[in-house]
Amino acid sequence: MEYHEKTPIADARKYKLGDVIYITGQLVLARDEAHKKLLEEGAPIDLKGSVIYHCGPVVTKRNGEWKVVAAGPTTSIRMEIFEDQFIEKFHPAIIVGKGGMGEKTLKALKEHGAVYAAYTGGCGALAAERIKSVKEVHFLDELGIPEAVWVFNVEEFGPLVVTMDAHGNSYYDNVDEKAKKNLERILENIK
Amino acid sequence: MPPQVICMIDEIVEAIRRAETELSEDTVAALKKAYEKETNEMARTQLKAIIENFTVAKKGSLPMCQDTGLQTFFIDMGYDFPYRKELKNAITEAVRRATKEVPLRPNAVHPFLHKNSGDNTGRFVPYIHWELREGDDVVIHVIPKGGGSENMSGLYMLPPGVGIKGIKKTVVEHIFKSGGKPCPPTIIGVGIGGGADLALTLAKKAAILRPVPSRHEEEFVAQLEDELYEMANKLGIGPMGLGGDTTVLDVHVEYAHRHPATLPLGIVTQCWANRKRKVMIDSNGHVEVV
Repeated sequence: MEYHEKTPIADARKYKLGDVIYITGQLVLARDEAHKKLLEEGAPIDLKGSVIYHCGPVVTKRNGEWKVVAAGPTTSIRMEIFEDQFIEKFHPAIIVGKGGMGEKTLKALKEHGAVYAAYTGGCGALAAERIKSVKEVHFLDELGIPEAVWVFNVEEFGPLVVTMDAHGNSYYDNVDEKAKKNLERILENIK
Repeated sequence: MPPQVICMIDEIVEAIRRAETELSEDTVAALKKAYEKETNEMARTQLKAIIENFTVAKKGSLPMCQDTGLQTFFIDMGYDFPYRKELKNAITEAVRRATKEVPLRPNAVHPFLHKNSGDNTGRFVPYIHWELREGDDVVIHVIPKGGGSENMSGLYMLPPGVGIKGIKKTVVEHIFKSGGKPCPPTIIGVGIGGGADLALTLAKKAAILRPVPSRHEEEFVAQLEDELYEMANKLGIGPMGLGGDTTVLDVHVEYAHRHPATLPLGIVTQCWANRKRKVMIDSNGHVEVV
Protein backbone atom coordinates (compact mmCIF):
# COMPACT_ATOMS: atom_id res chain seq x y z
CA MET A 1 0.00 0.00 0.00
CA GLU A 2 1.11 3.54 -0.66
CA TYR A 3 -0.15 6.38 1.58
CA HIS A 4 0.03 10.11 1.06
CA GLU A 5 -0.65 11.55 4.51
CA LYS A 6 -1.13 14.93 6.14
CA THR A 7 0.05 15.59 9.69
CA PRO A 8 -1.06 15.15 12.41
CA ILE A 9 -1.80 11.49 11.83
CA ALA A 10 -4.82 10.12 13.67
CA ASP A 11 -4.37 6.39 13.25
CA ALA A 12 -1.09 4.64 12.61
CA ARG A 13 -2.41 1.16 13.41
CA LYS A 14 -3.58 0.72 9.82
CA TYR A 15 -0.02 0.67 8.41
CA LYS A 16 1.44 -2.72 7.55
CA LEU A 17 5.06 -3.79 7.14
CA GLY A 18 6.26 -2.77 3.68
CA ASP A 19 3.73 0.07 3.26
CA VAL A 20 5.22 3.22 1.77
CA ILE A 21 4.23 6.59 3.24
CA TYR A 22 4.75 10.13 1.92
CA ILE A 23 4.20 12.93 4.44
CA THR A 24 2.89 16.44 3.84
CA GLY A 25 2.77 18.84 6.78
CA GLN A 26 5.17 18.99 9.67
CA LEU A 27 8.23 16.97 10.45
CA VAL A 28 9.83 17.26 13.90
CA LEU A 29 13.54 16.48 14.14
CA ALA A 30 14.91 14.86 17.27
CA ARG A 31 18.06 12.85 17.71
CA ASP A 32 20.19 11.94 20.75
CA GLU A 33 20.37 15.16 22.77
CA ALA A 34 16.90 16.32 21.72
CA HIS A 35 15.29 13.14 23.06
CA LYS A 36 17.02 13.68 26.37
CA LYS A 37 16.06 17.36 26.49
CA LEU A 38 12.40 16.84 25.61
CA LEU A 39 12.03 14.04 28.14
CA GLU A 40 13.58 16.18 30.85
CA GLU A 41 11.93 19.50 30.09
CA GLY A 42 8.77 18.63 28.15
CA ALA A 43 7.98 19.51 24.52
CA PRO A 44 7.53 23.13 23.41
CA ILE A 45 5.05 21.92 20.75
CA ASP A 46 2.23 19.37 20.64
CA LEU A 47 3.67 16.07 19.42
CA LYS A 48 0.47 14.00 19.40
CA GLY A 49 0.13 12.33 15.99
CA SER A 50 3.43 13.89 14.89
CA VAL A 51 6.15 12.49 12.67
CA ILE A 52 9.48 12.38 14.55
CA TYR A 53 12.59 12.26 12.39
CA HIS A 54 15.99 11.00 13.59
CA CYS A 55 18.18 13.42 11.69
CA GLY A 56 21.08 15.83 12.17
CA PRO A 57 20.64 18.18 9.23
CA VAL A 58 22.94 20.61 7.46
CA VAL A 59 21.14 23.97 7.77
CA THR A 60 22.50 27.41 6.85
CA LYS A 61 21.17 30.90 7.26
CA ARG A 62 20.99 32.98 4.10
CA ASN A 63 19.64 36.55 4.13
CA GLY A 64 18.13 35.93 7.54
CA GLU A 65 16.29 32.80 6.40
CA TRP A 66 17.05 29.20 7.24
CA LYS A 67 17.87 26.94 4.33
CA VAL A 68 18.00 23.16 4.68
CA VAL A 69 20.93 21.84 2.64
CA ALA A 70 20.84 18.13 3.47
CA ALA A 71 18.71 16.13 5.88
CA GLY A 72 18.98 12.35 5.56
CA PRO A 73 18.28 9.99 8.46
CA THR A 74 20.71 9.07 11.21
CA THR A 75 21.04 5.62 12.85
CA SER A 76 17.96 5.13 15.02
CA ILE A 77 19.22 2.43 17.36
CA ARG A 78 21.10 5.08 19.36
CA MET A 79 17.73 6.47 20.44
CA GLU A 80 16.61 3.06 21.74
CA ILE A 81 17.51 4.14 25.28
CA PHE A 82 14.88 6.93 25.12
CA GLU A 83 12.28 6.00 22.55
CA ASP A 84 9.84 3.96 24.63
CA GLN A 85 9.58 6.77 27.20
CA PHE A 86 9.33 9.31 24.40
CA ILE A 87 6.43 7.47 22.74
CA GLU A 88 4.67 7.05 26.06
CA LYS A 89 5.02 10.71 26.97
CA PHE A 90 4.39 12.45 23.63
CA HIS A 91 2.33 9.98 21.51
CA PRO A 92 3.90 10.53 18.07
CA ALA A 93 2.38 8.52 15.18
CA ILE A 94 5.48 7.75 13.14
CA ILE A 95 9.14 7.53 14.11
CA VAL A 96 11.39 7.93 11.06
CA GLY A 97 15.04 6.98 10.88
CA LYS A 98 17.38 4.39 9.50
CA GLY A 99 18.37 0.90 10.51
CA GLY A 100 15.39 0.09 12.74
CA MET A 101 15.06 -0.07 16.52
CA GLY A 102 14.93 -2.65 19.28
CA GLU A 103 12.52 -4.62 21.45
CA LYS A 104 11.70 -1.80 23.86
CA THR A 105 10.60 0.51 21.06
CA LEU A 106 8.64 -2.26 19.33
CA LYS A 107 6.71 -2.82 22.53
CA ALA A 108 6.01 0.89 23.01
CA LEU A 109 4.85 1.19 19.37
CA LYS A 110 2.35 -1.59 20.01
CA GLU A 111 1.11 -0.13 23.28
CA HIS A 112 0.58 3.36 21.90
CA GLY A 113 -0.40 2.63 18.29
CA ALA A 114 2.62 4.10 16.53
CA VAL A 115 4.95 2.80 13.80
CA TYR A 116 8.59 3.06 12.81
CA ALA A 117 9.37 3.86 9.17
CA ALA A 118 12.74 3.76 7.43
CA TYR A 119 13.95 6.54 5.19
CA THR A 120 16.73 5.60 2.79
CA GLY A 121 20.10 6.22 4.45
CA GLY A 122 22.26 8.92 2.95
CA CYS A 123 19.46 10.49 0.95
CA GLY A 124 20.15 13.96 2.34
CA ALA A 125 19.62 15.90 -0.88
CA LEU A 126 16.32 14.19 -1.75
CA ALA A 127 15.08 14.94 1.76
CA ALA A 128 16.11 18.60 1.48
CA GLU A 129 14.22 18.90 -1.80
CA ARG A 130 10.98 17.86 -0.07
CA ILE A 131 11.53 20.21 2.89
CA LYS A 132 9.84 23.42 1.85
CA SER A 133 10.65 25.66 4.81
CA VAL A 134 11.73 25.81 8.42
CA LYS A 135 8.70 26.45 10.63
CA GLU A 136 10.59 26.81 13.88
CA VAL A 137 13.59 25.62 15.84
CA HIS A 138 13.95 24.91 19.57
CA PHE A 139 17.03 24.55 21.79
CA LEU A 140 19.28 25.76 18.97
CA ASP A 141 21.68 27.69 21.23
CA GLU A 142 22.09 24.84 23.67
CA LEU A 143 22.23 21.90 21.28
CA GLY A 144 23.64 23.33 18.04
CA ILE A 145 22.41 22.76 14.48
CA PRO A 146 22.65 18.95 14.18
CA GLU A 147 21.04 18.27 17.58
CA ALA A 148 18.38 21.02 17.82
CA VAL A 149 14.63 20.35 17.59
CA TRP A 150 13.75 21.58 14.10
CA VAL A 151 10.21 21.74 12.78
CA PHE A 152 10.15 21.55 8.99
CA ASN A 153 7.24 22.10 6.61
CA VAL A 154 7.42 19.22 4.14
CA GLU A 155 5.67 18.10 0.98
CA GLU A 156 5.54 14.46 -0.09
CA PHE A 157 8.42 13.60 2.22
CA GLY A 158 9.41 10.02 1.49
CA PRO A 159 9.52 7.20 0.56
CA LEU A 160 9.12 6.11 4.18
CA VAL A 161 8.89 2.33 4.42
CA VAL A 162 7.04 0.92 7.44
CA THR A 163 9.45 -1.57 8.98
CA MET A 164 8.04 -1.83 12.54
CA ASP A 165 4.26 -1.76 12.88
CA ALA A 166 1.85 -1.09 15.73
CA HIS A 167 1.10 -4.80 16.20
CA GLY A 168 4.49 -6.05 17.37
CA ASN A 169 5.93 -6.97 13.96
CA SER A 170 9.43 -6.00 12.84
CA TYR A 171 10.60 -6.33 9.27
CA TYR A 172 14.19 -6.40 10.51
CA ASP A 173 13.58 -9.65 12.39
CA ASN A 174 12.48 -11.31 9.14
CA VAL A 175 15.49 -10.06 7.17
CA ASP A 176 17.87 -10.94 10.01
CA GLU A 177 16.51 -14.48 10.29
CA LYS A 178 16.84 -15.07 6.56
CA ALA A 179 20.33 -13.56 6.46
CA LYS A 180 21.37 -15.74 9.40
CA LYS A 181 20.24 -18.87 7.57
CA ASN A 182 22.02 -17.70 4.43
CA LEU A 183 25.18 -17.07 6.46
CA GLU A 184 25.15 -20.59 7.89
CA ARG A 185 24.80 -22.06 4.40
CA ILE A 186 27.59 -19.86 3.01
CA LEU A 187 29.97 -20.73 5.86
CA GLU A 188 29.41 -24.45 5.37
CA ASN A 189 30.45 -24.18 1.74
CA ILE A 190 33.60 -22.07 2.18
CA LYS A 191 36.66 -23.81 0.81
CA MET B 1 51.07 33.38 -0.73
CA PRO B 2 52.27 32.54 -4.29
CA PRO B 3 49.49 32.52 -6.94
CA GLN B 4 50.05 28.79 -7.57
CA VAL B 5 49.16 28.03 -3.94
CA ILE B 6 46.01 30.18 -4.08
CA CYS B 7 45.02 28.30 -7.22
CA MET B 8 45.76 24.99 -5.48
CA ILE B 9 43.43 25.93 -2.58
CA ASP B 10 40.67 26.98 -5.01
CA GLU B 11 40.88 23.66 -6.84
CA ILE B 12 40.92 21.56 -3.66
CA VAL B 13 37.76 23.40 -2.52
CA GLU B 14 36.24 22.60 -5.91
CA ALA B 15 37.25 18.92 -5.60
CA ILE B 16 35.64 18.70 -2.15
CA ARG B 17 32.48 20.33 -3.52
CA ARG B 18 32.35 17.89 -6.43
CA ALA B 19 33.10 14.87 -4.23
CA GLU B 20 30.25 15.85 -1.89
CA THR B 21 27.66 16.80 -4.51
CA GLU B 22 28.38 14.60 -7.56
CA LEU B 23 28.56 10.89 -6.91
CA SER B 24 31.54 9.30 -8.67
CA GLU B 25 30.60 8.09 -12.17
CA ASP B 26 31.62 4.47 -11.60
CA THR B 27 29.40 4.26 -8.51
CA VAL B 28 26.49 5.90 -10.36
CA ALA B 29 26.74 3.23 -13.07
CA ALA B 30 27.04 0.42 -10.52
CA LEU B 31 23.95 1.59 -8.61
CA LYS B 32 21.88 1.95 -11.79
CA LYS B 33 22.92 -1.54 -12.85
CA ALA B 34 22.01 -2.89 -9.43
CA TYR B 35 18.56 -1.27 -9.69
CA GLU B 36 17.96 -2.92 -13.08
CA LYS B 37 18.99 -6.34 -11.77
CA GLU B 38 17.35 -6.17 -8.33
CA THR B 39 14.38 -8.54 -7.92
CA ASN B 40 13.27 -7.58 -4.39
CA GLU B 41 10.55 -4.87 -4.35
CA MET B 42 11.64 -3.34 -1.05
CA ALA B 43 15.21 -3.18 -2.31
CA ARG B 44 14.03 -1.47 -5.49
CA THR B 45 12.34 1.36 -3.51
CA GLN B 46 15.62 1.95 -1.68
CA LEU B 47 17.78 1.91 -4.80
CA LYS B 48 15.32 4.19 -6.57
CA ALA B 49 15.47 6.69 -3.69
CA ILE B 50 19.28 6.57 -3.80
CA ILE B 51 19.30 7.23 -7.56
CA GLU B 52 16.81 10.10 -7.19
CA ASN B 53 18.90 11.46 -4.34
CA PHE B 54 22.20 11.66 -6.20
CA THR B 55 20.41 13.12 -9.22
CA VAL B 56 18.85 15.89 -7.08
CA ALA B 57 22.21 16.48 -5.35
CA LYS B 58 24.07 16.96 -8.61
CA LYS B 59 21.39 19.19 -10.12
CA GLY B 60 21.19 21.46 -7.08
CA SER B 61 24.91 21.22 -6.20
CA LEU B 62 23.87 19.95 -2.76
CA PRO B 63 25.75 17.46 -0.58
CA MET B 64 24.31 14.02 -1.36
CA CYS B 65 24.34 13.10 2.35
CA GLN B 66 24.00 15.29 5.42
CA ASP B 67 26.97 13.45 6.89
CA THR B 68 29.56 15.16 4.74
CA GLY B 69 32.19 12.97 6.35
CA LEU B 70 35.58 13.28 7.95
CA GLN B 71 37.70 15.23 5.48
CA THR B 72 40.32 12.73 4.33
CA PHE B 73 43.10 13.07 1.76
CA PHE B 74 45.36 10.38 0.33
CA ILE B 75 48.35 11.97 -1.35
CA ASP B 76 50.46 10.35 -3.99
CA MET B 77 53.40 12.73 -4.36
CA GLY B 78 56.48 12.89 -6.56
CA TYR B 79 59.76 13.48 -4.64
CA ASP B 80 60.36 16.61 -6.70
CA PHE B 81 56.93 18.23 -6.49
CA PRO B 82 57.88 21.88 -5.86
CA TYR B 83 54.96 22.91 -3.63
CA ARG B 84 55.18 20.06 -1.11
CA LYS B 85 55.93 22.52 1.70
CA GLU B 86 52.71 24.44 1.07
CA LEU B 87 50.43 21.45 0.45
CA LYS B 88 49.40 20.63 4.03
CA ASN B 89 48.37 24.17 4.85
CA ALA B 90 46.63 24.50 1.48
CA ILE B 91 44.50 21.43 2.26
CA THR B 92 43.59 22.66 5.74
CA GLU B 93 42.64 26.08 4.35
CA ALA B 94 40.60 24.43 1.57
CA VAL B 95 38.68 22.38 4.17
CA ARG B 96 37.86 25.54 6.17
CA ARG B 97 36.62 27.28 3.05
CA ALA B 98 34.66 24.27 1.76
CA THR B 99 32.92 23.99 5.14
CA LYS B 100 31.43 27.45 4.55
CA GLU B 101 31.06 27.37 0.79
CA VAL B 102 29.67 23.91 -0.04
CA PRO B 103 28.54 23.92 2.86
CA LEU B 104 29.71 20.93 4.92
CA ARG B 105 28.49 19.77 8.30
CA PRO B 106 31.14 20.52 10.95
CA ASN B 107 32.32 17.02 11.80
CA ALA B 108 35.45 17.53 13.91
CA VAL B 109 34.69 16.97 17.61
CA HIS B 110 37.18 16.97 20.50
CA PRO B 111 36.87 13.45 21.93
CA PHE B 112 37.15 14.53 25.60
CA LEU B 113 35.76 18.05 25.65
CA HIS B 114 32.97 17.23 23.11
CA LYS B 115 33.51 20.61 21.48
CA ASN B 116 32.99 20.82 17.74
CA SER B 117 35.71 22.93 16.11
CA GLY B 118 33.08 24.21 13.67
CA ASP B 119 35.28 24.14 10.57
CA ASN B 120 36.19 20.47 10.09
CA THR B 121 39.76 21.02 11.26
CA GLY B 122 41.43 20.00 14.51
CA ARG B 123 44.12 17.76 15.93
CA PHE B 124 45.31 15.50 13.06
CA VAL B 125 42.31 16.45 10.92
CA PRO B 126 41.80 16.87 8.05
CA TYR B 127 43.50 13.49 7.94
CA ILE B 128 46.26 13.44 5.36
CA HIS B 129 47.96 10.21 4.31
CA TRP B 130 51.22 10.74 2.39
CA GLU B 131 52.95 8.41 -0.04
CA LEU B 132 56.04 9.27 -2.06
CA ARG B 133 57.19 8.10 -5.48
CA GLU B 134 59.32 9.21 -8.47
CA GLY B 135 58.16 12.34 -10.29
CA ASP B 136 57.53 16.06 -9.90
CA ASP B 137 53.70 16.10 -9.77
CA VAL B 138 51.12 15.22 -7.13
CA VAL B 139 47.76 13.43 -7.12
CA ILE B 140 45.49 14.31 -4.18
CA HIS B 141 42.66 11.87 -3.60
CA VAL B 142 39.84 13.79 -1.93
CA ILE B 143 37.82 11.17 -0.03
CA PRO B 144 35.48 12.58 2.63
CA LYS B 145 34.22 9.51 4.52
CA GLY B 146 30.91 9.12 6.38
CA GLY B 147 30.77 8.07 10.02
CA GLY B 148 28.08 5.41 9.66
CA SER B 149 30.10 3.26 7.31
CA GLU B 150 33.39 3.94 9.12
CA ASN B 151 31.76 2.57 12.29
CA MET B 152 31.33 -0.72 10.45
CA SER B 153 35.05 -1.10 9.79
CA GLY B 154 37.09 -3.58 11.76
CA LEU B 155 40.45 -5.12 12.47
CA TYR B 156 40.93 -8.82 13.11
CA MET B 157 44.30 -10.14 14.23
CA LEU B 158 43.77 -13.72 13.10
CA PRO B 159 45.98 -16.67 14.01
CA PRO B 160 47.89 -17.36 10.76
CA GLY B 161 46.80 -21.01 10.95
CA VAL B 162 43.23 -20.15 9.91
CA GLY B 163 44.56 -19.41 6.42
CA ILE B 164 42.58 -18.13 3.48
CA LYS B 165 39.48 -19.99 4.64
CA GLY B 166 39.55 -18.14 7.95
CA ILE B 167 39.87 -14.84 6.10
CA LYS B 168 36.83 -15.56 3.91
CA LYS B 169 34.78 -16.62 6.92
CA THR B 170 35.70 -13.50 8.90
CA VAL B 171 34.88 -11.14 6.00
CA VAL B 172 31.45 -12.69 5.36
CA GLU B 173 30.61 -12.73 9.08
CA HIS B 174 31.69 -9.09 9.31
CA ILE B 175 29.37 -8.07 6.46
CA PHE B 176 26.56 -10.06 8.08
CA LYS B 177 27.09 -8.38 11.45
CA SER B 178 27.18 -4.92 9.84
CA GLY B 179 23.70 -5.54 8.41
CA GLY B 180 21.97 -2.36 7.29
CA LYS B 181 24.04 -0.06 9.48
CA PRO B 182 26.71 1.09 6.97
CA CYS B 183 24.04 2.13 4.39
CA PRO B 184 24.36 -0.73 1.90
CA PRO B 185 24.89 -1.39 -0.93
CA THR B 186 28.45 -0.92 0.26
CA ILE B 187 31.92 -1.29 -1.18
CA ILE B 188 34.09 -3.51 0.99
CA GLY B 189 37.85 -3.00 1.22
CA VAL B 190 39.88 -5.88 2.61
CA GLY B 191 43.51 -5.46 3.65
CA ILE B 192 45.52 -8.56 4.48
CA GLY B 193 48.97 -8.70 6.05
CA GLY B 194 51.43 -5.99 7.07
CA GLY B 195 50.74 -4.83 10.61
CA ALA B 196 47.47 -3.70 12.16
CA ASP B 197 47.75 -0.18 10.75
CA LEU B 198 48.89 -1.24 7.28
CA ALA B 199 46.05 -3.79 6.94
CA LEU B 200 43.52 -1.02 7.57
CA THR B 201 45.26 1.48 5.30
CA LEU B 202 45.35 -1.08 2.47
CA ALA B 203 41.68 -1.83 3.10
CA LYS B 204 40.72 1.84 2.94
CA LYS B 205 42.69 2.40 -0.27
CA ALA B 206 41.19 -0.73 -1.83
CA ALA B 207 37.64 0.29 -0.88
CA ILE B 208 37.74 3.88 -2.06
CA LEU B 209 40.56 4.53 -4.53
CA ARG B 210 39.81 1.62 -6.83
CA PRO B 211 37.03 1.88 -9.44
CA VAL B 212 33.71 0.03 -9.00
CA PRO B 213 33.74 -2.63 -10.29
CA SER B 214 37.40 -3.58 -10.69
CA ARG B 215 39.59 -6.59 -10.08
CA HIS B 216 43.07 -6.92 -8.62
CA GLU B 217 45.87 -7.39 -11.19
CA GLU B 218 46.89 -10.71 -9.61
CA GLU B 219 44.68 -13.62 -10.64
CA PHE B 220 44.57 -15.25 -7.21
CA VAL B 221 43.46 -12.03 -5.50
CA ALA B 222 40.93 -11.28 -8.23
CA GLN B 223 39.39 -14.73 -7.68
CA LEU B 224 39.19 -14.07 -3.95
CA GLU B 225 37.39 -10.79 -4.71
CA ASP B 226 34.89 -12.59 -6.95
CA GLU B 227 34.22 -15.19 -4.30
CA LEU B 228 33.74 -12.64 -1.47
CA TYR B 229 31.46 -10.54 -3.70
CA GLU B 230 29.26 -13.53 -4.48
CA MET B 231 29.07 -14.66 -0.86
CA ALA B 232 28.28 -11.15 0.43
CA ASN B 233 25.37 -10.76 -1.98
CA LYS B 234 24.02 -14.20 -1.11
CA LEU B 235 23.47 -12.97 2.47
CA GLY B 236 20.31 -11.18 1.34
CA ILE B 237 20.83 -8.15 3.60
CA GLY B 238 20.06 -5.85 0.71
CA PRO B 239 19.98 -2.06 0.35
CA MET B 240 19.65 -0.44 3.81
CA GLY B 241 19.37 -3.91 5.35
CA LEU B 242 15.78 -4.29 4.15
CA GLY B 243 16.49 -7.44 2.16
CA GLY B 244 17.44 -7.96 -1.46
CA ASP B 245 20.08 -9.09 -3.92
CA THR B 246 22.33 -6.05 -3.60
CA THR B 247 24.30 -5.98 -0.35
CA VAL B 248 27.67 -4.97 -1.81
CA LEU B 249 28.51 -3.18 -5.05
CA ASP B 250 32.01 -4.63 -4.99
CA VAL B 251 34.73 -6.18 -2.82
CA HIS B 252 38.35 -5.08 -3.25
CA VAL B 253 41.29 -6.90 -1.69
CA GLU B 254 44.89 -5.74 -1.22
CA TYR B 255 47.68 -7.46 0.62
CA ALA B 256 51.15 -7.00 2.08
CA HIS B 257 53.67 -9.56 3.30
CA ARG B 258 53.02 -10.43 6.92
CA HIS B 259 55.04 -11.23 10.04
CA PRO B 260 55.26 -15.05 10.55
CA ALA B 261 53.29 -14.75 13.80
CA THR B 262 50.50 -12.46 12.55
CA LEU B 263 47.69 -12.41 10.05
CA PRO B 264 46.11 -8.97 10.26
CA LEU B 265 42.83 -8.56 8.43
CA GLY B 266 41.52 -5.02 8.03
CA ILE B 267 38.01 -4.41 6.72
CA VAL B 268 36.88 -0.94 5.67
CA THR B 269 33.28 -0.39 4.64
CA GLN B 270 32.33 2.41 2.27
CA CYS B 271 28.66 3.39 1.99
CA TRP B 272 26.91 3.78 -1.37
CA ALA B 273 27.81 7.50 -1.17
CA ASN B 274 31.29 6.70 -2.46
CA ARG B 275 32.61 10.25 -2.47
CA LYS B 276 35.92 10.69 -4.25
CA ARG B 277 37.63 13.16 -6.56
CA LYS B 278 41.24 13.60 -7.66
CA VAL B 279 43.22 16.83 -7.82
CA MET B 280 46.24 16.56 -10.09
CA ILE B 281 48.91 19.25 -9.89
CA ASP B 282 52.01 19.36 -12.11
CA SER B 283 55.35 20.96 -11.35
CA ASN B 284 54.27 24.31 -12.86
CA GLY B 285 51.35 24.48 -10.47
CA HIS B 286 48.85 23.63 -13.22
CA VAL B 287 45.83 22.01 -11.55
CA GLU B 288 43.14 19.68 -12.80
CA VAL B 289 40.18 18.13 -10.91
CA VAL B 290 39.01 14.71 -12.12
